[in-house]
Amino acid sequence: MISFTLNGTQRQYQGDPNQPLLWYVRDELNLTGSKFGCGVAQCGACTMHVNGQPVRACSTPMAAVQNASITTIEGLDSVAGKAIQHAWQRLDVVQCGYCQSGQIMSATALLQNNPSPSDQDIDQAMQGNLCRCATYHRIRQAIHQAADDLAREV
Amino acid sequence: MKSLNSTSMDRRQFLKVTSLAGVGFAIGPVGFANAADQNKHQSLGNFVRISKDNLVTVIIKHLDKGQGVTTGLTAIVAEELDADWQQMRWEFAPADAERYNNLFFGKFQGTGGSTSVANSWMQLRQAGAAARAMLVDAAAKVWGEDAASLRTQAGKVINASGKQLSYGELAELAGTQPIPAEPVLKTPDQFRIIGQHIPRIDSPEKTTGKAIYTIDVRRPGMLHAVVLHAPKFGAVLKTVDDSAAKKVPGVKAVVRIERGIAVLATSHWSALQGRNALIAQWDESQAETRSSSTLWDEYRALLAKPGHVVREDGDADKALANSNNKLSLTFELPFLAHATMEPLNCVVELVDNQCQIWTGSQMPTVDKMVAAQIVGLPPEQLQIHTQLAGGSFGRRASPNADYVAEACMIAKAINGSAPVSLQWSREDDMKAGYYRPMALHQFHAALDAEGKPVAWHQRVVSQSIMRGTPFEGMVRGPIDPTMVEGGSTLPYAIANLKVDAHEHKSGIPTLWWRSVGHSHNAYVTEVFMDEVARLGGQDPLTLRLALLANHPRHAGVLKLAAEKAGWGKALPDNQAMGLAVHESFNSFVAQVALVTMHQDGTYKVNKIVCAVDCGIAITPDVIKAQMEGGIGYGLGAAMGEAITVKEGAVEQNNFYDYLPMRIQHMPDVEVHILASDQAPTGVGEPGLPPAAPAVANALRKFLKGPLTKLPFGTKLDLA
Repeated sequence: MISFTLNGTQRQYQGDPNQPLLWYVRDELNLTGSKFGCGVAQCGACTMHVNGQPVRACSTPMAAVQNASITTIEGLDSVAGKAIQHAWQRLDVVQCGYCQSGQIMSATALLQNNPSPSDQDIDQAMQGNLCRCATYHRIRQAIHQAADDLAREV
Repeated sequence: MKSLNSTSMDRRQFLKVTSLAGVGFAIGPVGFANAADQNKHQSLGNFVRISKDNLVTVIIKHLDKGQGVTTGLTAIVAEELDADWQQMRWEFAPADAERYNNLFFGKFQGTGGSTSVANSWMQLRQAGAAARAMLVDAAAKVWGEDAASLRTQAGKVINASGKQLSYGELAELAGTQPIPAEPVLKTPDQFRIIGQHIPRIDSPEKTTGKAIYTIDVRRPGMLHAVVLHAPKFGAVLKTVDDSAAKKVPGVKAVVRIERGIAVLATSHWSALQGRNALIAQWDESQAETRSSSTLWDEYRALLAKPGHVVREDGDADKALANSNNKLSLTFELPFLAHATMEPLNCVVELVDNQCQIWTGSQMPTVDKMVAAQIVGLPPEQLQIHTQLAGGSFGRRASPNADYVAEACMIAKAINGSAPVSLQWSREDDMKAGYYRPMALHQFHAALDAEGKPVAWHQRVVSQSIMRGTPFEGMVRGPIDPTMVEGGSTLPYAIANLKVDAHEHKSGIPTLWWRSVGHSHNAYVTEVFMDEVARLGGQDPLTLRLALLANHPRHAGVLKLAAEKAGWGKALPDNQAMGLAVHESFNSFVAQVALVTMHQDGTYKVNKIVCAVDCGIAITPDVIKAQMEGGIGYGLGAAMGEAITVKEGAVEQNNFYDYLPMRIQHMPDVEVHILASDQAPTGVGEPGLPPAAPAVANALRKFLKGPLTKLPFGTKLDLA
């Protein structure tokens, strides 16, 4: 049996330990905010936080989340996460929106690790998240804005 | 889908109103409906619904796949209605070509050719204005005052002494007022929403994980389906051993369908395990088995022969023969995948002689007709519930409704015993087709003594998109116009100009890919034009402007982009600027790229300054976003994307070998919108065509020759 916390709730899992975290969350918990894009950790649409770090849930087997604390977009309520979401809304980053849960999870993790990232830091942290609508230009701006907002709040 | 634009907008529209008991009222102009149809749809078809809870809902007949029509079309109604932006809501229209046809496409519901705003501009303004007039009439009745003495503002009717009634309070009574025959539209100086920055209506749900796409649709008892497709286009299933697949926990059924073998399971993961356990043999006797190298050889053989002439001004052959100041260039551009972030999918529920379909559909009319044939029900027993699409770029407009058909085949194969959620993997999506056709272009030009082109000959070899599909009627003559659009419509004043073309045939299925033929024709014409300027010793901007005297909208965007970018200013040795201008879908876009070259041949595209003339700018920030997105999509393809085939099978699998743009390659983008009083035109596609040639023209300074083979990559051989 695999035990872990997901969005603050303690959970147990007894199914196929090879099932990726993404499909467990989407098909068994019915939390559909995390998206499937590639299945091989190449696009970032499925990004969740496991113990505070961004991971590609499509390639994270359930066996790997024993005792982990997992956050999905639905459970994102950190100060950095809210700042990122507000900046995303203020700048209207989204187009089709499909990749944006993953973008927001990656961007939040970036700000939690580095409160004032440079363009280069952003490129490095975000290059695993594809966006076919190419909203990258606004993603960069929104991360800077969120960083500025957080700096003001401190 | 430019060629679908050719039908001029049908003016036979009339307004229709429906009182919704207890709800409020709904209104909308309806095209192509006859009296009988009108009665049939009495309780349904409308574009605007105003409810007693003071919400205004705009029914969106186009698919929003990221391009922002839900915001743009809602803004048009809000403007004429004088509504408050906060009270505006939207929902997708059902599939119904009678009520929700695209006015450019005839009796056909569809999104494409960047037509959504152009189509809806007058239609929705009239709907909003009529509804506003009826609300005013209702208030006049309540107060016993003259309607002419009342005004509207932010969702309220207000009288001379400041008394107010909200639209919600007036909704029911308004539904009983006569519909104005000619609703009075605002003049542009009265616009309060159009042209302003308004927040995207879909930002909140798309930043919180709440937005629902097809992949998120859940139905009671639903099974997850995956399909094993043939490894080559045209191959058919010979035998399959599904005994191991059926033993996978969670797998409920394995069924053969025309397009392969479907595995149905209680979860997507189980379905994938089941598919991995299938052992299939394919009959490849009718399959496409050529490789990309063979296809290029065949293209080159065609290129050597005169093609079918699609445009001829003057006598280009003679002018070229008589000149000793000429140049020639050949370009190769590959197949491209749409590779939408949401791999293709569709949910089908077949129960009680009703077929319900959930999918992001660019062409509900086609999807519905195809689905009806497969499930064997009359179209009125089918319903399409349009979902947000995680990208499309043309892919969700396939003329044979391929993935919708596939989902229906599976639902039919299990006799509707459970709702079916078909989900393609990324590999399915990459390999199962529909690509931007590969293209070979050859140019010859002759210059006069002043360095101006006097002859220009473009020969195109590519593959048709529409031939052999229900859209074949759009092809008049031997050449599919989507192959040459942008080349055959070259705006430059060149006395002797010829464009000819060959259609190559292959079993690789092709489709409209964001900006369609413009995606390759703009690249080749604008890069070649820079070579012409170079040979003639002319500045690329000056030469273009000289040749665009009769095309003020092209010249307008070119001048604006050049001015804002500081064209001609001194740059460090390792930097350069390049520009390009192109019209597509009746919108005009010019871009100036600034690049920095590194010593090792890698480079950075620092910035693209973009000027766009798309008529009246309804939602300027959405226009800017579409320019940014078009630039990223087009430039990304030119830098890294290609689909190739080996013995008929697509070689690419996933995002490790098909390489779209990532954030580190996205330039800063600065967008300037030309002030205009022309009717609005589309922006979903026109931002794309100039991006790659502008960058290629900037990079040229550091290279031995122009970039003639795409993708040109992220590291170049320096001069």
